Amino acid sequence: MTKPVKTIAVAGAVAAAVVAHALPAAAADTEKCFGVALAGQNDCAAGPGTTCAGSSTVDYQGNAWKVVAAGTCTTMELPAMADGTARMGSLEALERDMAG
Amino acid sequence: MSVDQTQFRTAMLDPALPVPNGLTDALGAPAGARFNVYRNNVAVSLTEAMEAAFPVILKLVGEEFFRAMAGVYLRIHPPKSPLMMHYGDAFPGFLEGFEPAQHLGYLPDIARLELAMRESYHAADGTPTEPAVLQSLPPDRLMTARIILAPALRLVRSKWPIHGIWAFNMQGAPQPQMQGQDVLITRPDFDPVLTPLPDGGAAFIIALQQGQSFGTALGLATAQAANFDLTTTLGTLISGAAITKISEG
Amino acid sequence: MLDATRFTPLPPAAGIGYKPQHFAALMQDPGSVKWLEIHAENYMGDGGRPLAQLRHLAERFAISVHGVGLSIGGETPLDPDHLARLKHLCDWLQPASFSEHLAWSTHDSAFLNDLLPLPYTDATLTRVGDHIDQLQEVLGRQMLLENPSSYLAFAESTWSEPDFLREIARRTGCGLLLDVNNVFVSATNLGFEPRAYVDAYPLDLVQEIHLGGHDEDEDDHGRPLLIDSHGAEIVDPVWALYDYTLAQGGARPTLIEWDNDVPDFPVLEAEAARAAKHLQQVPA
Repeated sequence: MTKPVKTIAVAGAVAAAVVAHALPAAAADTEKCFGVALAGQNDCAAGPGTTCAGSSTVDYQGNAWKVVAAGTCTTMELPAMADGTARMGSLEALERDMAG
Repeated sequence: MSVDQTQFRTAMLDPALPVPNGLTDALGAPAGARFNVYRNNVAVSLTEAMEAAFPVILKLVGEEFFRAMAGVYLRIHPPKSPLMMHYGDAFPGFLEGFEPAQHLGYLPDIARLELAMRESYHAADGTPTEPAVLQSLPPDRLMTARIILAPALRLVRSKWPIHGIWAFNMQGAPQPQMQGQDVLITRPDFDPVLTPLPDGGAAFIIALQQGQSFGTALGLATAQAANFDLTTTLGTLISGAAITKISEG
Repeated sequence: MLDATRFTPLPPAAGIGYKPQHFAALMQDPGSVKWLEIHAENYMGDGGRPLAQLRHLAERFAISVHGVGLSIGGETPLDPDHLARLKHLCDWLQPASFSEHLAWSTHDSAFLNDLLPLPYTDATLTRVGDHIDQLQEVLGRQMLLENPSSYLAFAESTWSEPDFLREIARRTGCGLLLDVNNVFVSATNLGFEPRAYVDAYPLDLVQEIHLGGHDEDEDDHGRPLLIDSHGAEIVDPVWALYDYTLAQGGARPTLIEWDNDVPDFPVLEAEAARAAKHLQQVPA
């Protein structure tokens, strides 16, 4: 399974890593606290009114889904599958791929 | 005329159902649209939590698609815990099977990356070891030592260029090229940092996480990539304050 | 017996609901803000910035821990994991106050992220009382229970809300948190007189007051339906109801809540300064 590795080469690699990468400078503890908070907050407020997202659901099965993914995915030009091929699937899905 | 919480919850998550009987307005008439305040609170608050939790996926698919998708997700997977910081842990699996997004094969792995960043953000604090300790160990002792990694370290492996996709969306980086990427998440202070690993890097990290010796981890990494770049991988760990202990024996 | 004197109480001054974006401002010049309230669930991670910020803030401010996720009114038993997390947080922080809501949010292991309403019946009274007993036992301290915002009523209710809260406090020894905006919102939505509610409320048990902004909507019949959005400034009728409450019950620690469209710190501080001014006009 594992090949022996020359310890001299390892020592060189370790030394290079230590020299090139210092520990991040220790900022004052309060300064580090000044950054932004990452998602995921609980609160106790109500949402807006009675008429938005809660009053309807979208059917996503069959042909009922009408929304098109229209963000940056449309400009990235990556294949449908990680092996580089287009997705194998229904004709409908392939049409969507081409449209998207 | 009593309304139990099973009825309330079921009607709240399915707007096609009638408002439960026994809920009224000020004059004793059926509550009608007043019930929609609760329907709306739940759907809007969980949708907003998803938007905040998965900013890259939001950018990739756009707001309209994301919100519609979140509306489906939150009804299948309402939070299992009151900690909103962890909401969305079932999203990668949901995306695997979500038919309207099947043409975007990278979405599940992007969701995994965004989840791992949040885990890292909330993980326990660790005290990094001085890197000089690594250098001061004679090579034969280093080879048998174990490297203990910080609680905030995460590894996400993908057949997709997930770091490239993340950087394209969040940092204005150039178009990602089609290639698999393994991404290491470190937290030098309080903000997670993403670094794509060189070939063999993931095998090295996984072996260390499993408690293998430095030498064994190095062997596994070079078995996978003969030209494994130890200097770069170690450098990422050092600058990410990710080595908390070097344990001998 | 619950020992309510073990903790230094909140000062009878103005506080704000803490938001991480205000950390720097609070550390530099908090102005009229004399204490902070945090939502317990946001500080249940294992480490990182949220807990580091809290450590710094707790050195400077009295802290009130306000739970939003325990589901005290739930029909299912309290989540033992969540109880343990609350205990861990309170043991570490030793906050000046701990409060939760007269509401439910979890059912069949799904957390719905909203404060959902309860029918005021004898059965609910027993259940909520048992849950508060259990929580106070676990925490080893008294809790404050907050009155909800109501958008509808239950036909099966047999108790008025103030009587219901008074009876829970009598049975469990808990204190109360009076949200004056919630009184105004519920009074408008359910057609009662807000001052009569305050008159009926056991003000001697109130250890904290909440103030916040609300949105205006309308119901199926075109009647006003106020939404407890915490997304705007406090309106004048709520300030007037606050004055009425202070005149009846005396000065109490008063919190400004702003959770949606959170403004820059000076806007929040101005609301806190206004509350402080009202507080100074009443004898303690």
